[in-house]
Amino acid sequence: MDRDQKMLLKEIMEYSFALVETALYLDTHPYDERALRLHNDYSSRYHELVSIYEAKYGPLTNDRMSGCPWAYINGPWPWEINFDI
Amino acid sequence: MWIYEKKLQYPVRVDTTNPALAQMILEQFGGADGELSAGIRYLTQRWTMPTNQAKAILTDIGTEELAHWEIVGTIVWKLVKDASIDQIKGTVFEAHYVNHDKSPFPHDASGVPWTAAYINSKGDPIAGLHENMAAEQKARATYEWLINISDDPGVKDALRFLRQREIVHFQRFGEALRIVQEELDRKKYY
Repeated sequence: MDRDQKMLLKEIMEYSFALVETALYLDTHPYDERALRLHNDYSSRYHELVSIYEAKYGPLTNDRMSGCPWAYINGPWPWEINFDI
Repeated sequence: MWIYEKKLQYPVRVDTTNPALAQMILEQFGGADGELSAGIRYLTQRWTMPTNQAKAILTDIGTEELAHWEIVGTIVWKLVKDASIDQIKGTVFEAHYVNHDKSPFPHDASGVPWTAAYINSKGDPIAGLHENMAAEQKARATYEWLINISDDPGVKDALRFLRQREIVHFQRFGEALRIVQEELDRKKYY
């Protein structure tokens, strides 16, 4: 995995984590409009970045379309990535 | 319903091969207060939760725990994947190695395999949410002991992230408990 791919994946991981955090907060504070705005902003950016990543490097989930051969299986798998940049 | 995303929740870095530390980290992979116990406990309690907030928080925290289980397994794997036989022999990881090679396995630091007896689902939401709050504090304490015995900067960094998540989960379960308590009080007629 080259540096650019790793940087983009890490940015996606950051937004994904921020979404987990806002979602947990909203589960017990469903009327908090400020948290909802944050969540919606993160969600929109997250999906943008995932689209860019998947177009360049292949699918992150197995519900995506794929050319032949099936690209979902390509490594490195998450536990194999060296995150040092 | 779940779907796998090909990414970790947190980027796991390990600086130095260390089979003995890997064996200790397995406490959170298959120990009583580890991530597997947490995930199975919360996801199992969902069916008898009375409010939508509690159903949602158990679903989402339970799911996050499975992501943490993957992080812990990745720390263990990265600590042992390059270990030579000489680096394993004579360490506390040797007994693990003769059964599982370098695969992570859900047992605790002493090698006791994971069991469903570590969790409960009483069908009583008050009992369940109290159990979950205690579980988060026990996991936080375990991460602190693990941080104390770790000298690998990458491992410490990931353990600190996981410790912090226990604190957030404790807070959310406390809020869910208050919401459920209010709902149960509202339904009482005398």
